[in-house]
Amino acid sequence: MTARPMTVNRFLNQRPVAVVLYVAVVGLICWSSYTGAQQMGYNWQWYQVPKYLFTFTDDGFQWGEIMVGLVATIWLSVTSFVLATVLGLLVALLRLSGLVMGTVVSVGFLEIIRNIPLLVLLYLFYYVLGPVFGLDRWTASVLTLGVFHAALVSEIFRAGINAVAKGQWEAADSIGMSRAQAYRWIVLPQSVRFMLPPLTGEMVALIKSSAIVSVIAVAELTTVGRNIISDTFMSFEIWFTVAAVYLVITVILSIGVSRLEKRYAVNQ
Amino acid sequence: MAGEIIIKADKIDKFYGDFKALDAVSVTVCQGQRLVVCGPSGSGKSTLIRCFNGLESHDAGRLTVQGVELYDGSPNIRALRQNVGMVFQQFNLFPHLTVLENLTIGPIKVRKLSKAVAVDTARKYLDRVHIPEQADKFPAQLSGGQQQRVAIARSLCMEPAVMLFDEPTSSLDPEMIGEVLDVMVELAGTGMTMVVVTHEMGFARKVADTMVFMEQGRIVETSPPEVFFTNPTSARARLFLDQILEH
Repeated sequence: MTARPMTVNRFLNQRPVAVVLYVAVVGLICWSSYTGAQQMGYNWQWYQVPKYLFTFTDDGFQWGEIMVGLVATIWLSVTSFVLATVLGLLVALLRLSGLVMGTVVSVGFLEIIRNIPLLVLLYLFYYVLGPVFGLDRWTASVLTLGVFHAALVSEIFRAGINAVAKGQWEAADSIGMSRAQAYRWIVLPQSVRFMLPPLTGEMVALIKSSAIVSVIAVAELTTVGRNIISDTFMSFEIWFTVAAVYLVITVILSIGVSRLEKRYAVNQ
Repeated sequence: MAGEIIIKADKIDKFYGDFKALDAVSVTVCQGQRLVVCGPSGSGKSTLIRCFNGLESHDAGRLTVQGVELYDGSPNIRALRQNVGMVFQQFNLFPHLTVLENLTIGPIKVRKLSKAVAVDTARKYLDRVHIPEQADKFPAQLSGGQQQRVAIARSLCMEPAVMLFDEPTSSLDPEMIGEVLDVMVELAGTGMTMVVVTHEMGFARKVADTMVFMEQGRIVETSPPEVFFTNPTSARARLFLDQILEH
């Protein structure tokens, strides 16, 4: 091989150089936050943290507050995601129905939801619709997250459905399938492949945006973290821990779905 | 030949915007008839055949299939399509289903047959198109010629009264055209009513009992193949044949 000139890019991409760079950057961040905390006289109490994850008492093993909060976050996210998926599919089908009314309704929904901040939407559901329809905190949260993400999910569905070749519709038509049958047996199974990656992204986004319901004091992960801090003043340790817990579940989710994607890819 | 009338088009027009794709086209297809439609590209052949099963809707004139009138949004269209098989240029097999599932999904979901009956029928027609051993493969694992034969079998599984072929060999590699045409010749031998849009004149000569020549959305000539290939009445058809048979 002829020697190519050593550009800056090529130099930085060599493995040993990359490792040294990575260690240097991470080290710098850790060192500066540590010294920064030292300077403000922060009293690290990491040994206090594990009991908020789990404890062994005379009664045996018990999950700590953070884990209870995590379960609430997961439950909240899953419920909201189911709502977002169902609503999103309906909106997408309405949009693709070819009916003028359907397009108007779905585009209107999309534009309204997309252009209101999530926090304001949450206030609308909790403080305005809440008293009117008697929604509790939990229901208001699920509705907010579900409706907000339904708008984004519907665009994912629409793109996935449109990505299926037109000839598939014609083939389904030509054997006498109804529109519903063509969706159910021919088009949707094929669009799953196109939808899975962006849907995972949406689920991850939903888990993260679920933290916002802490402003109406729903007892999920972020709220729990805030409560612990107000009792113990360990803001550094607890926020690091809470961030790590969010990170762990979203990473697990991403890995799981990339496996699933590979299986689908083999089947095609 | 003059059996029951299956398709009857009476002066049908079709527009794409300002472009007139079909211009007062009248044609009749009877039971057992084998109609081959040819003509230069853009002459409306595919549009015509796609009207026959409602994939395109005509804008004027009357079109009846098995005595039922077809029009945009006609409620009978699904029942009718079950009796009109269609084979596409691009095969349009369902890539997420195996060959056998491609063949059985229509009978099971649309005709509501039991799985066992549908599978029996599917195997019968896979034999008929000479690829019984490919039943459990996915379409992408087959050659183009095999895929098109699966597509033919898929249509046959619905037990249609007439089969429409829209340039069935145009997207195939040359060495695979023969195997698909052979299956179609055999199908013609069973007495199936067929309407075929194709440039394969050798096939047309062998199978057709009526040749239809189209140009610019109009039917220019309708004649039996003996006449059409030796002494076409229209000058335009003569020119077309000269060009296509030159090589």
